[in-house]
Amino acid sequence: MIAIIDYNAGNTRSVINAIERLGFHPVLTAEPEQILQADKVILPGVGHASSAMEELDKRNLIEVVRKVQKPFLGVCLGMQIMLEHSEEGDTPCLGLLPGSVLKFESKSEKIPHMGWNTVTHTDEAMWKGINAGGYFYFVHSYFVPKSEFTTATTDYILPFSAGIKKDNFNGVQFHPEKSATIGEQLLMNFLKENK
Amino acid sequence: MLTKRIIPCLDIKDGRTVKGTNFVALRDAGDPVELAARYAEEGADELVFLDISATHEGRTTLIDLVRKVGEVINIPFSVGGGINSKDIVYDILQNGADKVSVNSSAIARPALIEEIAYAYGVQCVICAIDAKFVEGSWKVHTHGGRKNVGLDLFEWARQAESLGAGEILFTSMDHDGTKEGYAIEALKQMNDMLSIPVIASGGAGKREDFLEVLDNDIAQAALAASVFHYQEIKIPELKTYLKENGISVRI
Repeated sequence: MIAIIDYNAGNTRSVINAIERLGFHPVLTAEPEQILQADKVILPGVGHASSAMEELDKRNLIEVVRKVQKPFLGVCLGMQIMLEHSEEGDTPCLGLLPGSVLKFESKSEKIPHMGWNTVTHTDEAMWKGINAGGYFYFVHSYFVPKSEFTTATTDYILPFSAGIKKDNFNGVQFHPEKSATIGEQLLMNFLKENK
Repeated sequence: MLTKRIIPCLDIKDGRTVKGTNFVALRDAGDPVELAARYAEEGADELVFLDISATHEGRTTLIDLVRKVGEVINIPFSVGGGINSKDIVYDILQNGADKVSVNSSAIARPALIEEIAYAYGVQCVICAIDAKFVEGSWKVHTHGGRKNVGLDLFEWARQAESLGAGEILFTSMDHDGTKEGYAIEALKQMNDMLSIPVIASGGAGKREDFLEVLDNDIAQAALAASVFHYQEIKIPELKTYLKENGISVRI
């Protein structure tokens, strides 16, 4: 069973649509037991870090997410709040990975970083069959700095983490659910991953 | 490298795609879901849906259409027309759209931009602005171009940005439907002034028009409708042409 965490995130329907197009039947849920029993768990998210954490807290899901042992994927804001802290609203986050989410600063480049950008990646299973330099769709004003947990990198203003991974916890900054066939490939890789 | 975006715009009236010249003389341009699927397949980077009947003929619900489009296409899309509260935004996003565009309702009540941006993030709010060059300056218009609201284009764009708009979609009503190119000077001025992305709209007639507006940082995205609907310009060929001319595009 694929669980999509239901916490009022704006891109939830898009994620469900993309997964259904791949032939799966995800369950949208805020039930702790369902989330912990799922084979795959996806945390969508767009908007403010503080409001996302509030929405998780309201549903008593913060500890639940921390306990997930099956393959987990955070998307966009869902990835950012996997870290310990976000500069957006000075928000304490889930702490699934160490580090802080920072705000883009630039006088010459547009913010938000919005549109299709290239991604270079490591050999992690989730990136199988995806060409280096493939285009994914991004929309964000904050970023996860590069670290030992970075599995994919994109360059905008500076090189930042387009993908992260620690143990069973994966995250992508871009929107695979809106990244045409290459995004579908990545979702498929995640859904087929068996550990 | 971040690419420039090509954005087909689907004006929707009573569930059909329509296109007019200078905001009047509408003609039918097909089923929006089929068109959307075709554009996604052809390599469009994003789609914009505008319910043009919404403001002056009363709001008809777009939700069914949004849901159908969301089920079919795998690229981002925005929905606009008659959006005047964050509750409507919730419905639109929950049915699979990624962004909304606000226009006359935000002019009437600018805090609307702030409310949507706070609830769903700045990336979710496009401020669409229709303007005409009137007596030496660009004036914002609403109601399909019939009403000059007495606002300066650049002042309103700056205010929208500070309220939390994530993008500006500027349509020159003087250029819309003419197929003689985008409002280059006004776009350039706006883009230099703002730190958020600018979508150019109104006037695309040939591929050189896209090149002109996407080169030299005049806009981050180019929107067009009829040239795509009637297949006068095909997106794959357009993108190849842009790439050959040094524009970074997703192919």
